[in-house]
Amino acid sequence: MTMFEFLIAPFTEFGFMQRALAGSLLLSLSCCPVGVFLMLRRMSLAGDAMAHAILPGAAAGFLLYGLELVPMTIGGLIAGLTVALSAGAVSRFTLQREDASMAAFYLISLAAGVLLVSLRGSSVDLMHVLFGSVLALDNSALTLIGSICVVTLILLTVFWRALVAECLDPLFLRSVSRLGAPVHFVFLGVVVLNLVGGFQALGTLLSVGLMMLPAAGARFWTSRVETMALLSVAIGMVSCAAGLLVSYHAALPSGPAIIFAAGAIYLFSVIFGTRGAIAARVRPSRHRTA
Amino acid sequence: MSDPCLTFNNLTLGYDRHAAVHHLEGVVDKGSLTAIYGANGSGKSTLLKGIVGLIKPMAGDCKRSPGTRIAYLPQLSEIDRAFPARVVDIVSLGLWPRLGLLGRQTAEDRKAVADALVAVGLAGFEKRPLDTLSGGQMQRALFARVLVQNADLILLDEPFNAIDARTVRDLLVIISRWHAEGRTVMAVLHDLELVRLHFPETLLLARAPVAWGQTKDVLTPANLEYSRHFDEAWHDDAPWCEGDDAHHGSIHGHEHGHGHGHDHHDGHAHRDSKHGSASAKAPQTEDA
Repeated sequence: MTMFEFLIAPFTEFGFMQRALAGSLLLSLSCCPVGVFLMLRRMSLAGDAMAHAILPGAAAGFLLYGLELVPMTIGGLIAGLTVALSAGAVSRFTLQREDASMAAFYLISLAAGVLLVSLRGSSVDLMHVLFGSVLALDNSALTLIGSICVVTLILLTVFWRALVAECLDPLFLRSVSRLGAPVHFVFLGVVVLNLVGGFQALGTLLSVGLMMLPAAGARFWTSRVETMALLSVAIGMVSCAAGLLVSYHAALPSGPAIIFAAGAIYLFSVIFGTRGAIAARVRPSRHRTA
Repeated sequence: MSDPCLTFNNLTLGYDRHAAVHHLEGVVDKGSLTAIYGANGSGKSTLLKGIVGLIKPMAGDCKRSPGTRIAYLPQLSEIDRAFPARVVDIVSLGLWPRLGLLGRQTAEDRKAVADALVAVGLAGFEKRPLDTLSGGQMQRALFARVLVQNADLILLDEPFNAIDARTVRDLLVIISRWHAEGRTVMAVLHDLELVRLHFPETLLLARAPVAWGQTKDVLTPANLEYSRHFDEAWHDDAPWCEGDDAHHGSIHGHEHGHGHGHDHHDGHAHRDSKHGSASAKAPQTEDA
């Protein structure tokens, strides 16, 4: 098998592979920078929680309309935003920190979701909602992911400075501007939007993987936010292509294959990154006097 | 003719319905340089937070003259030192009031940042990651950010904590320059010598204002003795403070007589009377 046959042919020969690649690349472009900010705000697990929170909305859409893109997306969006905003509001306006309020609301939401799915669906349906099917992306799903990508990139560009300030020195932002709280909620909204976009392709459980793993990996190579965001997108895109190829050649489910590829890059970065484990362990051969 | 930068009108600030700054009356003149002095828990930081607007008054209010730009250096910053940022990034945050969310940095802005770093002795530190800075260097970087903010009212909360003598000297030069430029500066300090040498005015706090005015009139042995012995604890059975006449003789034993019933904003006030002439009426040292 030539290199071309192995790497390129699957994408040129099959329409579903092209759509899967296009969808997952778009998703990388929009999810990964969001993941960088989630990580820098120490909310890596909040992304995971939010992904679970989407379930009841998607399940409600599924119950009412079957396996349809639009109702499941809208349902997921509503559920996700409700949980994100409630958790954000509790942490902003009460003493409780966001980790606790987020855990509380996502658990409520997840329980509601599982109950909803069990009302009618079989476990096969649940598997579909949880693990998605990137190989079955149709044009309307691609349009949705594309729109989410555009909206995300615009919002990130507009609010970039405020996001950085809110992560770096929230007290300072509060002393010079009233944007702190709105930016936080816009950001939570963007997270939900991307998770909803991701769950079509990867399922609710794994959509957060494409968000967090490339970001977590990129952290080991650079100490600038801008570079980190770009690098995470690159890692995400490579993971998508690699995962799809593995899935194609080895007849494995595509979603987990993509996340596994991202996980492999993450592990590589942990160990070999310029700010990774080895670099931190190795004693420099010489050092400067000042 | 005094030109007020800040006007406190019976300002009471606190937490959880317990007062931390009680019935503060008075005016901070434009261009004044005021030290805020007092024991732990006397309400110094709370007052600054109230001025910035980080906590809302429980009673009364604090008016800024319109258009006043504030720069605030908190006692405990919430800076995430692990965040991938460089010194120049954090100092550039000071451009926020000018640039807002979307404004682009001009060459002039970048020069302001570079000049500020030189002024605090951090030239050459532009590209240093935050997690490699010492405590004193971090404090200087935050001073540089205040410089960049180009504010009319500068609030510094214990700016010299854990700072070496040389750095304190450098930072004091900057404070005097602000004073010379006509900016209003209020700083929470714990070093009496430093206050006496460098700060013309002092506000002595012990939950309620003990004295406020010329430093030499405020930092008298009697006033200091009183401020050291105020009751720092909160009491669940402390009486409610019921309006202007009802709070005399509350169990904290603080003196409310000053300030009330006088008009402090009548324009003709000279130094000693405009702040409510607290220094003259501070209780004598009965518990000394």
